[in-house]
Amino acid sequence: MSIAYFPGCTLSTNAKGYDHSGREVARALDIPLTELPNWQCCGATFPLATDNSMAFIAPTRILAQAQKVDGHVTTLCAICFHVLRRTQYFLDHRPEMLERINWFTEEPYEGKMRVSHFLEILRDQITWKGVRERVTNPLKGLKVAPYYGCLLLRPQKEIGLDDSDNPRILHDCLNALGCEAVDFPYQDECCGSYLLVSKPELPQKLAESILLSARKHGAQAIVTACPLCQFNLDYPQRLGGGGHMAQGGLPVLYFTQLMAVALGLEPASWGMESHYIDPRPLFANPKG
Amino acid sequence: MRTKLSIATVRGEFLRQVEAISNENLLACNQCGKCSAGCPIASTMVDILPNQVIRLTQLGIEDVLDSQMIWACAACMNCVAHCPKGIDLPRIMEALRLVAMQKKGDRMAVNQVPLEALGEIPQLAIIGGFRKYTI
Repeated sequence: MSIAYFPGCTLSTNAKGYDHSGREVARALDIPLTELPNWQCCGATFPLATDNSMAFIAPTRILAQAQKVDGHVTTLCAICFHVLRRTQYFLDHRPEMLERINWFTEEPYEGKMRVSHFLEILRDQITWKGVRERVTNPLKGLKVAPYYGCLLLRPQKEIGLDDSDNPRILHDCLNALGCEAVDFPYQDECCGSYLLVSKPELPQKLAESILLSARKHGAQAIVTACPLCQFNLDYPQRLGGGGHMAQGGLPVLYFTQLMAVALGLEPASWGMESHYIDPRPLFANPKG
Repeated sequence: MRTKLSIATVRGEFLRQVEAISNENLLACNQCGKCSAGCPIASTMVDILPNQVIRLTQLGIEDVLDSQMIWACAACMNCVAHCPKGIDLPRIMEALRLVAMQKKGDRMAVNQVPLEALGEIPQLAIIGGFRKYTI
């Protein structure tokens, strides 16, 4: 049984390392992903105005395409996941809107898709025990702060991935890889998201708080499941520490990249070439 | 600043319009302030707090459309998770942005995005920004 994989725009351009390491990890764990043919942008924001049917057409079209592959579509990007999952929830609860939106899609979405984040496949199908058994290079002693951000968790009623006030899914993933998951109070605070284009000083300020908090709690790196969180935390560090940011820089990785290292995959599978703070020195001297 | 309240503006057309677009009951808010306490943006550099956005709108004071707060909310939904009255404040922010742009036009133009930023910024941010700041 194959799972439809929706990469999304950012994983095909700015965040290729996330896409690449994710596919390699799926291959190593025998998770059969099939990239959706002819996929297009999900819209990148979930429409919040009532009955804004037009903004639902793009994500609905993706669900309609995905239902041809199998009953399950998965993503790595937390934003695509958020948009697709909430769209699926909305259409399941508003059949009259589903009918109206289907007038504008090439083929009707029948409303039976399961939308998952790749983390859920790991947790629910492979299981963390299963992941742990496949780890050949346990990242012992590496302290990593799991940064969940917003869209992977909230609103809990519609997303339902984890407890939005006390999420564990990234913690459990890190523990399965042999790392030490570092609790820090900013784990689900906003990174500033798309304010990057309108008010760039705001994400920068938010990033400072998140990075300093993670560093203060002993983290040597941060992991995320969102390409915009990754950018918003990594990019402001590009000009060096300067004292006010985490000294020396705090690498910001995707969970799939850490998995690729722990599963013993070749460095070519890690996809770590385009980080502003290079995470590779963390793995230069493997212990044991 | 003197603010004149009148029965014509309180519970007037402005409030009804925001309620219709957001599908939220603004008068359910009793100003406990939990939204502002948990808002990561409120502690940075905005003029008014999220609960004040609701209060001004409840009172029909359209000055709220000129506040920085409605443009700084990125819908992280921390407030949604903790509102004791079940109000979805990001939906209200979205409704206010839409009303503001209907009156005053788009907040962002393609030719205003710095070129050097376009090279590095993830598409997600650019698409998200334009979907929030233009109609």
